[in-house]
Amino acid sequence: MARKNGAVRASMLGVTAIAGMMMLGAAAQAAELRLLTWGGYAPDEVIDLFEKETGIDVQVTLSNNEDMISKLRATGGGGFDLAQPSQDRIAGPQQEYGIYKPLDLSKIDGAQFIASMFEATKANTTVDGAVYGVPHVWGTDGLVLDTSKAPNVKDYLDLCSDEVAGKVSYRLRRPTLIAFAFSMGLDPFAAYGDEAKYQEILDAVEAKLIECKPNVKTYWEGSDGLVNLLLSGEIVAAMAWDTGGWRLNNDNPAMNFVAPTSGALGWIDTFAMPAKADNEDEAYQWINFVMKPEIAAMITASAGNFTASKGADAFAEDKLKEQFQASFPQEALDNINWYPPVPAGLETLEGKTLDRIKAN
Amino acid sequence: MADQFDLECRNVGKNFDRFVAVDNVSLTIPKGSFFSILGPSGCGKTTLLRMLAGFQEPTSGDILIKGKSVLGVPPNRRPVNMVFQHLALFPMMNVADNVAYGLRRRGVDKATINRKVAETLARVGLPDSGPKQISQLSGGQKQRIAIARCLVLEPAVLLLDEPLGALDLKLREHMKVELKQLQHEIGTTFVYITHDQSEALVMSDQVAVMNAGKFEQVGTPQDLYYNPQTAFVASFVGESNRWRGTVGETTGDYVAINLDKGGVILADKAAHASLPTGQDVEIFVRPEAIAIGRSDAAPDPVPGNNSLTGTVENVLFNGAASSVQIRETATGHEMSVALPQTGAFANLRAGDVINLAWHASQTRCFAGVLPSGIEGGQS
Amino acid sequence: MTAASSTGQGNGVRLGVVLLATPLLLWLLVLVILPHVDLLLVSLRERIAFRQYEFSFANYIAFFVEPLYWNTYVRTAVMSIMATVLTLIIGFPVSYYIAKIMRGRGKNVLFMMCLIPFWVSELVRTFGWMILLRESGVISSFLQWAGLVDGPVEMLYNDVTIMVGLVYTSMLFMVVPLVSVLDSLDDSLIEAGYDLGGNAFTVTRDIVIPHAMPGIASGCIVVFMLTLGNYLTPNLLGGKDSLWFTEQIYTQFITRFNWESGSAFGFLLLVLSSLIVWIGLKLSRQTLADTVR
Ligand SMILES: Nc1ncnc2c1ncn2[C@@H]1O[C@H](COP(=O)(O)OP(=O)(O)O)[C@@H](O)[C@H]1O
Ligand SMILES: [Mg+2]
Repeated sequence: MARKNGAVRASMLGVTAIAGMMMLGAAAQAAELRLLTWGGYAPDEVIDLFEKETGIDVQVTLSNNEDMISKLRATGGGGFDLAQPSQDRIAGPQQEYGIYKPLDLSKIDGAQFIASMFEATKANTTVDGAVYGVPHVWGTDGLVLDTSKAPNVKDYLDLCSDEVAGKVSYRLRRPTLIAFAFSMGLDPFAAYGDEAKYQEILDAVEAKLIECKPNVKTYWEGSDGLVNLLLSGEIVAAMAWDTGGWRLNNDNPAMNFVAPTSGALGWIDTFAMPAKADNEDEAYQWINFVMKPEIAAMITASAGNFTASKGADAFAEDKLKEQFQASFPQEALDNINWYPPVPAGLETLEGKTLDRIKAN
Repeated sequence: MADQFDLECRNVGKNFDRFVAVDNVSLTIPKGSFFSILGPSGCGKTTLLRMLAGFQEPTSGDILIKGKSVLGVPPNRRPVNMVFQHLALFPMMNVADNVAYGLRRRGVDKATINRKVAETLARVGLPDSGPKQISQLSGGQKQRIAIARCLVLEPAVLLLDEPLGALDLKLREHMKVELKQLQHEIGTTFVYITHDQSEALVMSDQVAVMNAGKFEQVGTPQDLYYNPQTAFVASFVGESNRWRGTVGETTGDYVAINLDKGGVILADKAAHASLPTGQDVEIFVRPEAIAIGRSDAAPDPVPGNNSLTGTVENVLFNGAASSVQIRETATGHEMSVALPQTGAFANLRAGDVINLAWHASQTRCFAGVLPSGIEGGQS
Repeated sequence: MTAASSTGQGNGVRLGVVLLATPLLLWLLVLVILPHVDLLLVSLRERIAFRQYEFSFANYIAFFVEPLYWNTYVRTAVMSIMATVLTLIIGFPVSYYIAKIMRGRGKNVLFMMCLIPFWVSELVRTFGWMILLRESGVISSFLQWAGLVDGPVEMLYNDVTIMVGLVYTSMLFMVVPLVSVLDSLDDSLIEAGYDLGGNAFTVTRDIVIPHAMPGIASGCIVVFMLTLGNYLTPNLLGGKDSLWFTEQIYTQFITRFNWESGSAFGFLLLVLSSLIVWIGLKLSRQTLADTVR
């Protein structure tokens, strides 16, 4: 009975695939919507309102970018009716694995979206002339600091300073590579089209992050773990999402999200339709429903991030708006580096870099 | 004086919590003798033996081996070895390694070990069995290897805990003789425990009969058989016809015992002088002490003879050990009587009426009434 | 006629056997064989362009030329072996105590105490360790309170902690087979060992361990496999330095979408563990059949 975890996981994927296919058969009858999304994006109160209005039963599966792609890849785009990957992670996986189907924009009420974000997202998620994503929630990656103990951390590179030695955390994921590249004065986004150039940037970042490793307490994985590390004082500075900083700020005014001088990294999570989605109409109904300003505000309250819904700001909590404005003065807002779509293949290079950083 | 004895126990006792397993036992075992401890299962034999081997410490008393107290000496430093009830041969080693085990622990050199192992295996009659696995041996062979494993160490005393218990009857009979022979040849002191009286009687120089943690009687097999000192010994060793009764009046050299269920039996007055009139007693008469005769040839009345008539109920033919079951005519008592080995009564049949007679000196009475249930080894 | 009825009965029996075996065969086929065949096929292809794959050994070659993966592989194997040995060294006396020295209720209580950690999930157990060992955790606070150290001490995120976690997680899987195999050892064999002049060391070496060998082997195999395949414990307790091969496989599959190299790694792990188990069995002169007795 020599069976390894890796192998087990692979067979799990296989089983998931079978289960997914079986679900396909059963799904059609009842009005339901299977949502593959992030924590906080589909709060219970919103689901209740939606069910009351439409009679559609919503089933939520929580996930993250990589997990969404893995799940959909394993089932060939089945098992779910609507997914919420980041806008930069749609075109590449779509070209590679064909896990999404084009959106029927005529079924989406475009007038509910902030126009610039709507257009930018459509452009970034277009493959072979078809649009695969429309924006939902957006936010940034930057610095989350205990400003009383790390007053001099202004940019990502400052995480490697002696002042905060051993009291730093970040994720060992691609955003960290991108962030440090910007902080080192490089422009990784400009090199997206040129693998050789991109590899050079990765090598420089790799060297920096290996050098910086002694400063790191641990690489955080989940936001709860990160919040814990900061609250207990075990770390004082981290690279993390803006919402994490604002959450901490509610408990301790010294802690906050700070936009780094080289620019926060802007992400937009979208709506995209898996290739084997069964309940398309229900999915469009959900999109149009949650983009209503008052509903979008409820999602902002639950997720901590703002949405692409036009006019939802009016319904948002004042405290959150204040926190946002404190973190993002106008020049910081202008300075945000928005992720362009990741070309397929880059992730393999990044993966190797990340593996080497971990191993050193 | 003391080193005349290989093994001596002085007032040894062992309690498990409040339960007394061994009660104030004293014994001395002369060098080179075969000493058996005989008693029913649960009477404390194993416990006593384990104290001799050193696996259990006595609660009270002292144990001396070759004149020296061994209290506090662990089993691996006592000059005694034990053959376990289930032999405890090491299945992970072959026969030669089993026998060599103790010598290896003593750090004996290889050549000597090989020589001694070969000698010992030859002595127990299994010279070629060295490379065999334990599982390849028969029951009797295992038995001999277990003994060889101890003998090779030349212990002062060899302790054996019912080593024949697991063997079938035929093999057991054979091994009895063989063990006795072996002990005789090597001259090692054996302490042998068993619940089987025939094993004890056949093999031993001395037998201690044990009951409920106490020694009832210690003596030669003949002693125990012919002169039991307690009702327990009389009932446990050999077969007997048993009655209950009370001591009646004395006439000359003889005292009459009135049986509870009717009838009178005569016993020697001298042998039972300590029993007052009216005392409740148990009466024992050995089956072979009773002479039988045809009813037409009525025996002459001899003073002190018990004389009865009875009807044969069953003839239990067993060759030289044949007997008959008889119902006494006057009182209806059931009796067992040995048939003479001459074959004189070979034509006896159920329903035949015969005369029975034994002399008063063959009647044995013990004060008190034994609790029922302790019926000894009639094998 | 007799012949006809007897064949009919034979068929009935055979049908029964087939029916009985069907779930097992299905299970083997669907959950064991098929995924592994699929895994092998996936591991033997290389991405050329979008949705284009070619047969190649590139994934296996990548493993051997990139020292990083190779090192992780060796490190995982060595730490797993160490964890197994440590678990055995700690587990053996515990099992001996439970099986041979404790009597009655105390025995059950002690055995249950070995079980208790397994009533909660591995995740919860590992978090328990983190709460104890972290810089702001229970032990660090206690040491400071007792004045033994000046500042907070971090006991997480190093290999020793990983080892402690692995041994703790594995203990039950060592103790259960050992207790059962030691229970089956006749006390009189041990006594005979002493009676013939052995001491605690020689009796353990010559009698107890040879008897317990099948239990030792099966305990070690299970612990080794579990440790090698463990993901949570090295990951959570090891922090930034937790290099573990299963983690690497997981990463390849889930965060790198690189099923090809993930499958190749999976296969290499299968080969590695089979090889180590085989060597272990050879060295201890056991067979797999012994260990499942
Ligand atoms: N370790 C022990 N704890 C408690 N009681 C015991 C122990 N060993 C023996 N006994 C009791 O002592 C009595 C005598 O046992 P044992 O010596 O084994 O008898 P045997 O004459 O059959 O060998 C039995 O009633 C047994 O239950
Ligand atoms: Mg006994």
